[in-house]
Amino acid sequence: MAEDLILELKGITKIFPGVKALNNVHFQLRRGEVHALMGENGAGKSTFIKVITGVHKAEEGQMFLNGQEVDFKGPLDAQEAGIAAVYQHPTSYPELTVTENIFMGHETVSGGIIRWREMNEKAQELLDSLDADFKATDEVGALSVAQQQMMEIAKALSTNAQIFILDEPTAALTANESEKLYGIVDRLREDGKSVIFISHRFEDMYRLASRVTVFRDSQYIGTYDVDGISNADLIKAMVGREITDMYPKEDIKLGEEIFRIENFSRTGYFKDVSFDVRAGEIVGLTGLVGAGRTETIESVCGITKPDSGKVYLEGKEISIKKPKDAMDAGVILLPEDRQKQGLILSWGLGRNVTLPIQDELAKTGFNDEAKERELAKKHLEDVDTKAVTIFQPASSLSGGNQQKVVVAKALAQSNMKVVIMDEPTKGIDVGAKKEIYEIMGQLAKKGYGIIMISSEMPEIIGMSDRIFVMRGGRVSGCLSRDDVTQEKILELSMEQNSSAKGGEVA
Amino acid sequence: MKKKNIWQTITGSREASLVAVLVVLLVVIEIMSPSFLAPANVSQIFRNNALTLLMALGMLCVMLTAGIDISITSTLAFAGMTIGMLQKYNIIHNTFLLFLIGSAIGVVCGLLNGLIIAKAKVSPIICTMGFMYIWRGMAYVVSGNAWASGADVAGFSDFGKDGSPGPYIILILAYVIFFVVMKWTRFGRKIYAVGSNPEAARISGINVDRTVISVYTIMGFLAGLAGVLSVSIYASAQPNMQYGKEMDVIAACVIGGVSMNGGRGSVAGTFLGALIIAIIAKALPLVGIDAIAQNLVKGIIILAVVILNVITQRAMDHQNLVRREM
Repeated sequence: MAEDLILELKGITKIFPGVKALNNVHFQLRRGEVHALMGENGAGKSTFIKVITGVHKAEEGQMFLNGQEVDFKGPLDAQEAGIAAVYQHPTSYPELTVTENIFMGHETVSGGIIRWREMNEKAQELLDSLDADFKATDEVGALSVAQQQMMEIAKALSTNAQIFILDEPTAALTANESEKLYGIVDRLREDGKSVIFISHRFEDMYRLASRVTVFRDSQYIGTYDVDGISNADLIKAMVGREITDMYPKEDIKLGEEIFRIENFSRTGYFKDVSFDVRAGEIVGLTGLVGAGRTETIESVCGITKPDSGKVYLEGKEISIKKPKDAMDAGVILLPEDRQKQGLILSWGLGRNVTLPIQDELAKTGFNDEAKERELAKKHLEDVDTKAVTIFQPASSLSGGNQQKVVVAKALAQSNMKVVIMDEPTKGIDVGAKKEIYEIMGQLAKKGYGIIMISSEMPEIIGMSDRIFVMRGGRVSGCLSRDDVTQEKILELSMEQNSSAKGGEVA
Repeated sequence: MKKKNIWQTITGSREASLVAVLVVLLVVIEIMSPSFLAPANVSQIFRNNALTLLMALGMLCVMLTAGIDISITSTLAFAGMTIGMLQKYNIIHNTFLLFLIGSAIGVVCGLLNGLIIAKAKVSPIICTMGFMYIWRGMAYVVSGNAWASGADVAGFSDFGKDGSPGPYIILILAYVIFFVVMKWTRFGRKIYAVGSNPEAARISGINVDRTVISVYTIMGFLAGLAGVLSVSIYASAQPNMQYGKEMDVIAACVIGGVSMNGGRGSVAGTFLGALIIAIIAKALPLVGIDAIAQNLVKGIIILAVVILNVITQRAMDHQNLVRREM
């Protein structure tokens, strides 16, 4: 029986110098279908997408669009053929308006004059059809990531695209925003468009896709009906092994209170935030993106200045004015953005690991490179970093291994008492996630106090002893491991109708 | 493991590719104008370019933090004019004291740059542009637009006169110290850290502001020192001395592989970059290129070397990416 395929790729092989990024992979996209593409980081998903969009040219294989073989010479060919890609990090022009961005490169022109009013109207129509909460004349730089994504989708619609490729569309979105994106994808499908999306979230896949294709190690593993495959089987397909216990949380006897913050406030960011951690405890800090979690932690660690707030370490009040103070006290932050805040990507792994303890190692002013290498090697091995040498640049590692380097960097600080991990598993694959959880478990066992900020409910519930939920800059509640449920967290995270929009008369 | 061939070695390291450029340059020049490499000529090249060579070290530090300093030759002129006037009006004639005063002026100028850039977050090119006018203006003001002539600075100019080892000693000392500091000390490491990723450096406990202030202060110190040296070498002080030469210093760094984006560059590369500029300037007339065409040729060579740098960097980045995929 002939299926109505809008896009089919057969036997695609893409070779980069020294490595096969794709090895004989297949893919079929039905008309009007939402198709998930899943796999660990480095499985070849992004390369594959770039072959479809004409960015990369495959060495072998064929691509059929509507049954016709096509050969894209560049991204423009793909665009003209009706393929539009929306990337995780929108590639827009922040200084220009939404209209200008949407029509970039295909402006409505008559007689050499750009028809602004027509374009604005058309852009606004597109935005309205997506239920957008911003205007065509807004400047893009002022939009949130979710809004920019919506604009990208509007842009794709304006080019009359038939195939939409979404690369990790929900990675940067809050639960609410994701919900909105789901709605848009549903609408695209109803309009007969076909959608391919890449995601690390199972939730996305269950919510949207009818079929899922899995890649592993540059190879095609299989295509499954979403209804017909279990979570466990899918993970097995992705990582090639069964993950029986994703969250290796052990029951550890908790010690004394090791760290406590009281009444932290910073105007416009968070107010009266207090919480505490005991030795050996993992405390989860969750809430929607924008609830003030990261901002609070950054103030606690001396990166930004709070208006007020006290920090107690092992019962004694300490003063943290700059990051170095927190580090000297033994409060170590693993920042959210590995690439921007956690690592110096162009540096070797070893130097990254020893950067915070430079001053201790170089007491005389001269670096003790032998000692540095020894320490770096030890700590990198402790967290099982997969790397050839400690001299290779951090940029050469995958996200999961980069995160391990960040952990090693924390471990190198021997005075560490409290570890604050901000989104420790964001954007890393399932296998690496589990390893990070294991490391957290070991740290708890050794008696460190651990604070984990995370937006991912499964890991918050799976790993935390206690969970503090933030909403609108305040702690809205604390749940213990025994009575936590997804519903309770959500309830505490979401704005209550009665308290929303203070000042509004009911 | 496969041994690297020569081409890979050259494209694998920026310094190696610069050495290759230098060798090719020298061979061509030597063929067209034999005796270019005679010791007297070589030492002349170093003496004539001592100021650029010296200030390039400071510019390296500044550029490593993703900054730039275009006020250096103004600082040089301010410091140079001040010590010129001190001699002209017979206030101080002690060589050591004059060096001290000139360098101190440079330190103050640099410190101001650093404070404004680090604390007020003014972009480096704007801040140093302001001081470029201010210090040049000060050079005119302190001298009342007068010159210090050879007779005024007699005695002091013995330090830098042709045949005196003074300038060479300063250069050698400066390069050795900077080489060691940038390569083997925690201060050097911090400069690279701040330039490569200021945010990560800050979170790793490094005082980014202090590092930035330090590099501009060092730059100022070297500019002040260069001002004193200039008066000694050329046996005169004029308010417009070394006017526009800051671009040669920046060009030396850029040719030497120092990235404008920070975090990338070395003392060896800077040395080679400054040397290439110096040799080009010296050799062009010798190989029969008209003086009027010299800037033209200089510009072309700068661009050619920089493009070679970019290609080298791409090859290195690519090798890293290949590793990541595996």
